[in-house]
Amino acid sequence: MADAKVIPFGDEPRSRRGRGGRARAAGHRTAPLAPVPGQPHGPEHPAAPEATGDRRGPAGPVGTAARPWEQRLAQGLSFLRRRVTGDYEVDEFGYDEELTEEVLLSLLRPVYEKYFRVEVRGVENIPESGGVLVVANHSGTLPLDGLMLQVAVHDNHPAGRHLRLLAADLVFMLPVVNELARKAGHTLACSEDAQRLLERGEVVGVMPEGFKGIGKPFSERYKLQRFGRGGFVSTALRAGAPIVPCSIVGAEEIYPMIGNARTVARLLGTPYFPVTPTFPWLGPLGMVPLPTKWIIQFGEPIPTDGYPLEAAEDPMLMFNLTDQVRETIQHTLYKLLVQRRSVFF
Amino acid sequence: MGSVVLVTGVARQLAGRFVRRIQREPAVDRVIGVDVVRPEHRLDEAEFLQADIRRPTIARVLAEHAVDTVVHLDVSGTPFAARGSRSAIKETNVIGTMQLLGACQKAPGVRRLVVKSSTGVYGAAPRDPAVFTENTPPKSLPGGGFAKDAVEVEGYVRGFARRRPDVAVCVLRFANILGPCADTPLAEYLSLPVLPTVFGYDPRLQFVHEDDVMDVLRLASLEPRRSTLNSGTFNVAGDGVLLLSQAARRLGRPTVPLLLPAVTWVGSALRTVGMTDFSPEQVRLLTHGRVVQTTQMRETLGFEPAWTTAETFADFARSRGRGLLPPEILARTVDRLAAALPGPRSEERTRHG
Repeated sequence: MADAKVIPFGDEPRSRRGRGGRARAAGHRTAPLAPVPGQPHGPEHPAAPEATGDRRGPAGPVGTAARPWEQRLAQGLSFLRRRVTGDYEVDEFGYDEELTEEVLLSLLRPVYEKYFRVEVRGVENIPESGGVLVVANHSGTLPLDGLMLQVAVHDNHPAGRHLRLLAADLVFMLPVVNELARKAGHTLACSEDAQRLLERGEVVGVMPEGFKGIGKPFSERYKLQRFGRGGFVSTALRAGAPIVPCSIVGAEEIYPMIGNARTVARLLGTPYFPVTPTFPWLGPLGMVPLPTKWIIQFGEPIPTDGYPLEAAEDPMLMFNLTDQVRETIQHTLYKLLVQRRSVFF
Repeated sequence: MGSVVLVTGVARQLAGRFVRRIQREPAVDRVIGVDVVRPEHRLDEAEFLQADIRRPTIARVLAEHAVDTVVHLDVSGTPFAARGSRSAIKETNVIGTMQLLGACQKAPGVRRLVVKSSTGVYGAAPRDPAVFTENTPPKSLPGGGFAKDAVEVEGYVRGFARRRPDVAVCVLRFANILGPCADTPLAEYLSLPVLPTVFGYDPRLQFVHEDDVMDVLRLASLEPRRSTLNSGTFNVAGDGVLLLSQAARRLGRPTVPLLLPAVTWVGSALRTVGMTDFSPEQVRLLTHGRVVQTTQMRETLGFEPAWTTAETFADFARSRGRGLLPPEILARTVDRLAAALPGPRSEERTRHG
């Protein structure tokens, strides 16, 4: 997109954009400078005693006896007991909160903390409760950015909120992947599901660039692609949910895509088939992502509840809001890139 | 003057129960049960007429008995022992409905029509939204089997509703009906000692209890209560969702994940030996699952199911006896393991993850 080049690294020229400008400009001054919240471990440990309290293990007295490994063992056994007897709840999207918290997030956390060393800024821009739509850029050939975003929201948000991601239909066609995605709380990116989640008061994550963003060549890194048809804005408007723009830096470099084997992609039925300096040359070893340093920045929420009911049908307003969200993310990306010392540190 | 209710397909358990239930209503004068074969269960005071709804004689029955409410329950997925094959079932479902609706159209006395349908009309595909509302268009129309019958039946019912706007038409799309005497394909599947599942998929299932089916049918067949409306199309399902894996664990039956093509072979093999109807439509349900929204049922029809999906399933599990891996025994094993471990080892925790 041409306008990606003309955005300068300052706040001043943006003020000439009239529509909805004040709130947004204010957002720009504060959002990137927002204080870094507590380190990822924060909410984990205070939560642990509470968890053992209400889910008492079958070997009750063992757990209460203070020593942490005994507590964890009792907790683990009671978890195992609930799993083998099927005594757990899933919601109508197939989201298995217990499995996600105890297993799936625990598996992702080492990657998040140790491998990509994700730094999260401005997580307090996600409200404590109520529906909110987090709109992020998409990159990195494989959707690791979505998974890291999910860990980031859960581990850093003071209320420990869960991010419900909207995923492409390809995810739900693949065996195993679809099962895990549903259990982790993801659902199909369609307006029905998004609206239902927002009305239930969930944090919904969407990456409107879709395959255009995740499968773009390395040379176009950090250049936002077209934001679909802006369906996410009308969904947020209908639900009256604020939009939180989110910029993810670091995911672009995990698999530098230098080529796209279109014929193979067509044979496999995928939207692209990446060729990176290591993949497919090194086989499975080439699938190891590069250990880049990530920054996830949440911007100021853009309110959507002040509009009249029929606003969701107004294409001009949709385009303007979509542009506003898109440029906020693009602008924040450039700022973070300037601040970044190196891709890997 | 009370109403005269005609119920089709009374030789089946569910319709038989409904006949016994509806005749206790003070607003109902007479109940007439119709089927091709004589039911083995009792129908109490209700009159039984041996008639085939696939034949025009049904029109005479409607006229002779001055029927004003028709409850069409002879739309079913499983072959009834006496009626045999799948093609016979399809004929009863589709041709039977056509004849019955034709007869209703010619009977000026008919005021109310209730039709049993299925949430199968939504199909099941990976591109579908997670939750179906009554207005969701299906992404992939069911290609065959009972779901296709239900789609066709609903098509005829819509046509009938257009031609006879004075008749209150209520289409009830039931989720999988379960209960102690359920005879749906899914109930048969869940009664297998080992459940073949599709590798890499864990479908979301919703159930509705037989008791709730009775109550909602009664609600639809009588005059609507204050501030409710009982004509239209409604999804009927219990609250909540169970995953197939979860259901199998609660039932205590081991699962065998098979690759999708293998499931189709196993399905046709099972069908050949007559163990269960493992139709392609059933396989799709067991691959992608199906969840419906029940807001219309609550707010417009004014029906609150007494059983949730999980309670319905527990009731069904009780009626089927214990499986090969009963959950109580597994729970006791874990408890014993917890008690037996003198010094917990650190790898214990990771093993559970």
